[in-house]
Amino acid sequence: MELRKDYFADVRKDDLHEIGQPRPRLDSPGHVTGKTAYFADRNFPGMLHLKMVRSPHHHARIRSIDTSEAEKHPGVVRVLTAKDVPHNVYTILILIQIGPEDETVLADGKLRWKGEAVVAVLAETERAAQEAAAKVKVDYEVLRAVFDMEEALKPGAPIVNEYHGRNYYLYDSGECRKVRFGDVEAGFAEADHILEQSYQSSPIEHAPTETTGCVVAPEGNDRFTCYTNTQAMFFTLDNTSIILQMPGSKLHFVGGTVGGGFGGKVDVIVEPIAILAAKLTGRPVSFIYSREEEMQISSPRAAERVVIKDGVMKDGRIVARKVTGYTDAGAYSRHSPYGAQKGAAHYPGPYTIPNVWIDTYCVYTNRTPSSAMRGFGVTIGDFALEVQMDKLARLIGMDPLEFRFINAYRDGDMKAHRQPTEGAALIECMQEASRAANWPVAEKYMAMSSYRKGA
Amino acid sequence: MAIRRGRGVAAINYPTGMNLGGDPTQALVHSTPTGNFMVTLSSVDLGQGMKQIMAQICAETIGVPTDRVIVDTADTDTGPHCMGTFASRGTHRAGNAVIQAAKEARQVMLEVAAEELEVNASDLETDGQGNILVKGAPQKSISIFDVALAAHFKRGRSISGRGMFLIPRSYPEKETGAMKPSTCYAHACTVAEVEVDDETGEVTVLTVKNVFEIGRALNPKMVEQQLVGGSWMGISHALYETTEPYYPNRDHGATDFNQYLMPGPGDLAATEIIVLERPSADGPFGAKGPGEMCANPQIPAVANAVFDAVGVRIDTLPITPERILRALKAQAAG
Repeated sequence: MELRKDYFADVRKDDLHEIGQPRPRLDSPGHVTGKTAYFADRNFPGMLHLKMVRSPHHHARIRSIDTSEAEKHPGVVRVLTAKDVPHNVYTILILIQIGPEDETVLADGKLRWKGEAVVAVLAETERAAQEAAAKVKVDYEVLRAVFDMEEALKPGAPIVNEYHGRNYYLYDSGECRKVRFGDVEAGFAEADHILEQSYQSSPIEHAPTETTGCVVAPEGNDRFTCYTNTQAMFFTLDNTSIILQMPGSKLHFVGGTVGGGFGGKVDVIVEPIAILAAKLTGRPVSFIYSREEEMQISSPRAAERVVIKDGVMKDGRIVARKVTGYTDAGAYSRHSPYGAQKGAAHYPGPYTIPNVWIDTYCVYTNRTPSSAMRGFGVTIGDFALEVQMDKLARLIGMDPLEFRFINAYRDGDMKAHRQPTEGAALIECMQEASRAANWPVAEKYMAMSSYRKGA
Repeated sequence: MAIRRGRGVAAINYPTGMNLGGDPTQALVHSTPTGNFMVTLSSVDLGQGMKQIMAQICAETIGVPTDRVIVDTADTDTGPHCMGTFASRGTHRAGNAVIQAAKEARQVMLEVAAEELEVNASDLETDGQGNILVKGAPQKSISIFDVALAAHFKRGRSISGRGMFLIPRSYPEKETGAMKPSTCYAHACTVAEVEVDDETGEVTVLTVKNVFEIGRALNPKMVEQQLVGGSWMGISHALYETTEPYYPNRDHGATDFNQYLMPGPGDLAATEIIVLERPSADGPFGAKGPGEMCANPQIPAVANAVFDAVGVRIDTLPITPERILRALKAQAAG
């Protein structure tokens, strides 16, 4: 790594003692010698293991659940179903008044994705819990499922989630989050060229070293200590309090040393059911995802579809950009309505474009619920935007790097969501990339600056 | 049939923090009797090194070496509220809260030192080595060790401080989308060089040159580990990863690391990282949040390089050999 101190030297003082110093991490020796304690290193006498019975279907009604054989299995202590969960229908963003509650802790009557939790089995050993889970008999009536966002938005598509009643999240702005800036149609009319292209992505896995999980210990004073690898302590505690209808003062969460998050540990999934199980059995409980669950059950990054329509002039100026973004939330909201909204604020990218129109949709399908992941709401947008920029440059016969200089935002430029640009540095990054990669651009671009006089 | 070479570029920005219910984080700082400093938080260290950075921020603000700061975090019985570690917000939000708390503690520390030295607190400065000196007369000094002892056992002062950093909620305007979705923005430009085998569709990423502008590199070594890891993750995202390769058929979904495609050490490109620092107006010592941003620009840079190499556009991620071969076949046919 090279620190190029010559850029922005006029706005930076390098006179600090501790900041800017490559101090060795105080926790590294523990990490690399195996001495650091993670949540799963907690082991309590009499600890039970929780395993989930999961839906084999993408969309089905539950006719009946028979747990009698599972309960008789040696080592099984308790079997939990929807009726055991005090506030079974929840949504995590309700804490900040973003509803509706749309997801069940344990499926109640219907399930909406393959892998959804139906019944929780608690046993003395992981193996007994797993074997007993296989003995739970669920009678399903399989329903027609919808797998594609555009199919889901068509009239007559099966409704994925009745709590929404439609296959998209309803914002206060309507069926999508909108950004309107300038007059995009006038921009297209003025443009020398129009280019409309679609981009698509697949769900991907966060792939943390440590899988999602928690260990819960009843404290004997009516409090429960939950050792967890959540990325958000109070967010998880407060949601648990709602789901279990238990005062927050009864809950004590301990975490903070996590083997990788990447956004995969901000959904509140394992803690509420494990604490409930500890409460109902009076025993410590461990609920830790297997690698298979981490990869196929825990929320992945959303599949997205992005349609970009641009109007560009022969001289390289982009005069209009219209973006329609679709985020596949899967069967439940989790954080996806926010991800789609974040996308709306991110487009049209780090470029100053006078006419912009953005619609971003959060769509429900019978897919594994997606949620936050590193770059949430932005990563796939950047893929689409920057491939589109390459195509536009080639369309008008311009060098792709020079084309970006022409459109790059600078201090004071008004963004489409009506915030003035501050602290821009795109131009300087491109100048340095031009040098480092030996990708020469015209001198006038190397002389540009993100600064503007008076800005 | 041949191995064809191409290169591609991408330039991006990335917002720090989130805009949903308001974006708060708190911190507490107090001194022990012998002048070590405890930072209490409920923020989560995901392995990226948050505890280390909070220690350095507290140390810089108080004026002591980093090894005199201890970070106690992520216990809801002791640590004040933090929204969580996500949205590239940890260093920025918690860092600002730690600075505020540490400033308050430092002020008490200087007041106690002033009483001990019989001078005005405003005439004192720290040397960064654990001592408090009279400005212009450095021979008149007292160690922070002695100041803390005096505060605890003689002066009855609590050397402590409270910090709170809140970005208030911004409600997007319904019709125009006017909103303040985040605070400062980090930036990047990446150039990727690839080889594509037009017989097998396989892509080899040869080099990735990343320029990142991150406000301030609070700990350059840790910045490097995060940016290099992010750059690798970007290549992986571009070329390999999917949980559902033949969706909606779920039979081929990976269930372990033998099946889930990610690059191994031999698949990683020569990776170059160059860092620029334009301090942000609102970040701790000018820092921005580069944690997410650093894994993004490689994806389109690789996609554009593949086009440069073989002349087909793969607009669906991941860019697999199968997709490249199908596109080449369509190109040859058309």
